[in-house]
Amino acid sequence: MHEHTNLPTPATSSHHADTSCASVLDVEDLTVSIGGRMLLQGVTFALQPGQLCGLIGENGAGKTTLLRSLIGVQPSPHGQVSISGLSPRKSRDLVGYVPQKINFSPDLPLRVYDLVQLGCDGHRLGPRWFSRRLHQQVMAALDAVGAQDFAYQRIGELSGGQQQRAVIAHALARRPRLLLLDEPLANLDFRSANELAGLLGHLTRVHGIAVLVTAHDMNPLLPVMDHIVYLAKGRAASGSVREVVQSATLSKLYGYPVAVIEHGGRVLVLPHADAKVGEDGCYLMPNGSTSGGQA
Amino acid sequence: MFENFMIHTWIASTIIAVTAGILGFFVVLRRSTFAAHALPLATFPGAAAAQLLGIQPLWGLLGFVTLAVVLLHQLQKLGRKDVAAGLVLVTLLAVGSLLLSMTNTYAPAVFSLLFGQVLGISAADLWPVASIASLVLIGAMGLYRPLLLQSAFPELAISRGISAGVIDILFLGLLGLVTAMAMPVVGALLVFSLLIAPAAAAQSLSARPLQALVLAVIFSVGMMWLAIALSFWTNWPIGFFVGSLGALLFTSARLFRYIRHRWFSQRLPAAISRPMKLIPAAQPGEA
Repeated sequence: MHEHTNLPTPATSSHHADTSCASVLDVEDLTVSIGGRMLLQGVTFALQPGQLCGLIGENGAGKTTLLRSLIGVQPSPHGQVSISGLSPRKSRDLVGYVPQKINFSPDLPLRVYDLVQLGCDGHRLGPRWFSRRLHQQVMAALDAVGAQDFAYQRIGELSGGQQQRAVIAHALARRPRLLLLDEPLANLDFRSANELAGLLGHLTRVHGIAVLVTAHDMNPLLPVMDHIVYLAKGRAASGSVREVVQSATLSKLYGYPVAVIEHGGRVLVLPHADAKVGEDGCYLMPNGSTSGGQA
Repeated sequence: MFENFMIHTWIASTIIAVTAGILGFFVVLRRSTFAAHALPLATFPGAAAAQLLGIQPLWGLLGFVTLAVVLLHQLQKLGRKDVAAGLVLVTLLAVGSLLLSMTNTYAPAVFSLLFGQVLGISAADLWPVASIASLVLIGAMGLYRPLLLQSAFPELAISRGISAGVIDILFLGLLGLVTAMAMPVVGALLVFSLLIAPAAAAQSLSARPLQALVLAVIFSVGMMWLAIALSFWTNWPIGFFVGSLGALLFTSARLFRYIRHRWFSQRLPAAISRPMKLIPAAQPGEA
């Protein structure tokens, strides 16, 4: 698979050294409403360096809204977000953001290299002068996602998996401590999805970056994920993967029967269309077990 | 062709071609082609307004282009970009037709506003062209990186703290300045050809942003020079040459890219460049 070499790690990345070290992301009692509709209510969770956290919930549960308020784009009237102790607007250098699937036109006159370069200095005014440091910074980010092989190709002509890597390299260009990804696995084939999950695991383990990732299909992420925040009806709860990935919990969360099965040493989450709703409001799985209530 | 009175034509049209090439690069990148079409046409009633008020035509053009930019920006915020450009275009053209009917502007004057009068430029005409062009160049150079990021990847610019609204109004402002400056010389319709064709051709030829930008300027200047020369020799309108050279340039660039792709795909290792072969479905009964 891809070879990851050294992305210069931030100074605070000694993540397994002390568990008491300050968290990268602290969300406290966050409330967001858009057009009078309450989307998020009292959302509270924290993320430590080197943690890979999944953000799950139905469509419209407010996952994207939550990510947008973490990058300071979505104003929140209530509650507090702090990233390494700073407000989202002041911590833009510390956060990398990968938005939902972008459609790149095949005619865009930019290569992956240019996209990553803009990740380093795209917000600066004035002409860009050649600098060896900038070049090294770009190469390190390309290296970290295994994108050197297609660094000089037109971005619109690459495959979906390669484009996703390019955007992650763009987000990593300024060596953030926190990486936010919105549905990075959507539209990817099995191989690309698994490689991307491996890459995210690598970024947390080796570079000590905290990663928050939303995904509908969480299967590729399960081997590398160590924490889950779930959103339902504007409220959030969090737990370890072991606690959350249970048939009952997930069925309740999605309001739809979900089965958690073990196969070949791996845990898999599947929708379970054959289940029927029992009298007590629990799902009756065909094998006789019950699972979760309809919230 | 290089007589004294033609010198001003060469200077003014070169300056205009350089600025149009640079801004055109961003017009094509931002997919604002329709806005670039609407802006000059919505601006040309400004000349009629200036005549009614008895002021310099440039002031009338600048006034109308400001109005058009503000309208365009506000309407774009409400919804679709193309509808906004269309509405601004028809509204200001309607005002223009009224203003033209109120003045005693006769047909040839309207014709020259639309298609330009590139052969009759005086030394006094050069000053506004040169000063507005330098303003636009400084603006485009200063904004280069945020403008590039916001135009090519608007979703990614958001998280860098680059405001789409601010970039949009600044860019439309620069485009408006170029429009008002270039219109008396090359006409409303030609500003548009100079903005689109060279930049679109350059972007399909080069995958590097700065290279594509320089290429757009070279194409734009080359196209302009050739059009002036051809117009001088044939006595045909310059608009015809700029428009048809633009189409020719774009077609050749696409053709060149297509051929280069074909050529490369035969030489690169099969696994990288060739489309996957369809695997024939296994017939029942086969092992």
